[in-house]
Amino acid sequence: MKPITLERPTYTEEAPYKIHGGCGLTGICDESGARFSGEVPIRSMAVQRDRGNGLGAGFAGYGIYPEFPDHFAFHMMYHDIQAKEETEALFDQWFVVDLAEPLPTRSVKGVEDAPLLWRYFVTPDPSKLEEEQSDEDFVVHAVMTINAPVDGAFVASSGKDMGAFKGVGFPQEIGHYYRLDEYEGHTWIGHNRFPTNTPGWWGGAHPFTLLDWSIVHNGEISSYGINSRYLEQFGYKCSLGTDTEVAAYLFDLMLRRHRLPLPLACKALAPPLWDEIERMPEDEREVMRALRAVYGPGMLNGPFAIILGFNGGMVALNDRIKLRPLIAAKQGDLVLVASEESAIREIAPEPESVWMPKAGEPVVARVRGMEWPIHGDLHLTPAEVSCAVDGTEDVCEIVESLEVV
Amino acid sequence: MPQSQTVAKGVIEGYLERMPEAVRDGDTVTFDAASIYYKHLNEAVRDEIAGGAKRIVLKNVNGQRYIGTGIRERGVKIEVHGCAGNDLAMFMGGAEVEVFGNAQDGVSNTMDDGKVVVHGDAGDVLGYGMRGGTVFIEGDVGYRVGIHMKAFEGKVPVMVCGGKARDFFGEYMAGGTLVLLGMNSQFDEQPVAGDFLGTGMHGGEIYVRGTVEEWQIGKECGVFTADEDDLARLRPILEDFCAAFDMDVEAVLAEPLTKLVPMSHRPYGKLYVY
Repeated sequence: MKPITLERPTYTEEAPYKIHGGCGLTGICDESGARFSGEVPIRSMAVQRDRGNGLGAGFAGYGIYPEFPDHFAFHMMYHDIQAKEETEALFDQWFVVDLAEPLPTRSVKGVEDAPLLWRYFVTPDPSKLEEEQSDEDFVVHAVMTINAPVDGAFVASSGKDMGAFKGVGFPQEIGHYYRLDEYEGHTWIGHNRFPTNTPGWWGGAHPFTLLDWSIVHNGEISSYGINSRYLEQFGYKCSLGTDTEVAAYLFDLMLRRHRLPLPLACKALAPPLWDEIERMPEDEREVMRALRAVYGPGMLNGPFAIILGFNGGMVALNDRIKLRPLIAAKQGDLVLVASEESAIREIAPEPESVWMPKAGEPVVARVRGMEWPIHGDLHLTPAEVSCAVDGTEDVCEIVESLEVV
Repeated sequence: MPQSQTVAKGVIEGYLERMPEAVRDGDTVTFDAASIYYKHLNEAVRDEIAGGAKRIVLKNVNGQRYIGTGIRERGVKIEVHGCAGNDLAMFMGGAEVEVFGNAQDGVSNTMDDGKVVVHGDAGDVLGYGMRGGTVFIEGDVGYRVGIHMKAFEGKVPVMVCGGKARDFFGEYMAGGTLVLLGMNSQFDEQPVAGDFLGTGMHGGEIYVRGTVEEWQIGKECGVFTADEDDLARLRPILEDFCAAFDMDVEAVLAEPLTKLVPMSHRPYGKLYVY
């Protein structure tokens, strides 16, 4: 899969100055699977308006394309028509494209300089798949090939029955620009950006996605260099210029390819401190030691609160010493997480419970009746966890790739 | 699932334009804070206090920041109904703030004097750099509570938390009194305080109801059991706390209190000074 390249100036959008600040997050999941309007996450983010500065906002919705449940939905951003033509030539090479259309938008005050926004519903051309290559691996390769070498073309999302909608603006502006009020989903995540170290541009807005995974993030991943080099060994190329990108790819690597149970993947990203590991019972201690040894380069260093969305639910996670805000609540079938409690109460005024999750321990929402894309049980015993890591016992699903690592 | 009844457009664009309407009754002024931007709300509150109002009632508060910030007038009370936003009572002087609901992060940041009472939980960095006044939280509190609290001569800040706390309680504490009761908590299974309790402490005193594990306590702390003198000083503070939340002070004092005080007022002197 080689991209077509023609001579022309390279597309860059570096910000000329650096701004310090925080970000705002929201995640809303209806565990009954009932779908609700995209206006709901917009309202939740609007309350957290002052956590951002208008240089980036975005949303991801799940269950929004019921008419195309089995197609990969590509949301594309093009800097110019040439980027679009080059990308579409690649799509025609790799995929059966069943629908290609501009993403519906409306003009909104405050949103300007939008790239060309298109979406495509595609399935991989079976003749193009290499032996034993899964559809998902094929799509990941396609995403990496477009993002890095095709100048001025960026994949906003590439999952099934989901989509990411992001750009430069405040959340309510971006949400209305993309007409999210006209979509319905069972899980939504949202982000309000206050860029710190990297430019505020359309492709750099959150969420960052790959296949069904989408990530919104508040914080700074200072291990970006180590993480991205580690990911490169597995074929992931970080090309969007924002640290959060590594979190999306790390989850894809650990959850989909290594089939690591979710709690372990979270512990790999936000591992317990060594002295805490020393106090653990022996079997658990050995698991954590193994995990830190195997996934050391996957550990996220620095402050973070992240929400991972996927088809079937969402997970919220803090760094181990809680350097960014995160709050969770339940009201009926709704599970809500956000940077501020007010963002939750805007949607669920009378929650049955509101709590601050413990740092490093994930909050999980799971849509009932949906296939859980994450392997392994949520409540493994230490012994089961152990064999998932070292891959020696056949009582559990084994992580083949771990033996290679 | 509640469908969107109000459009976000109303939440944000309306809220950037509108001033809240004041309903005056004697020296009490009531505002409906629903969809009011924090700047306008706080402006209106300051105007009313300058105009002589003694009691401000804020209804339908949801996340508005900086309520009570910088207010120095004594004898003024602000009642917050709803979820108080970040940096509640920051830099506050002599006023009193009472919250009927939970408070978010940064309550009483660098507070100078006055009183804050929260009928609910409070978030992270509660009482950051606080240098005077009183804070009572009924329920659980977050990470880094009381970080860098300080005292000078007659100015001694006091904070009592009725629930449980997370890691770094009293971190780098330089002065004042921090009390953690662990009684009104939604986390039954968890210890009363987290890890790194009093780490870097070099002034002030921390009291924790019951006991804490040795590994939880910062290296800079000496650990004692509160004695008669300590309890005599704490009793009026706890009586005041119990009166605010309708609790029984005898029940609070039925268990011994663990006392943490710094072993040195310059724990890192050897680390950074040559």
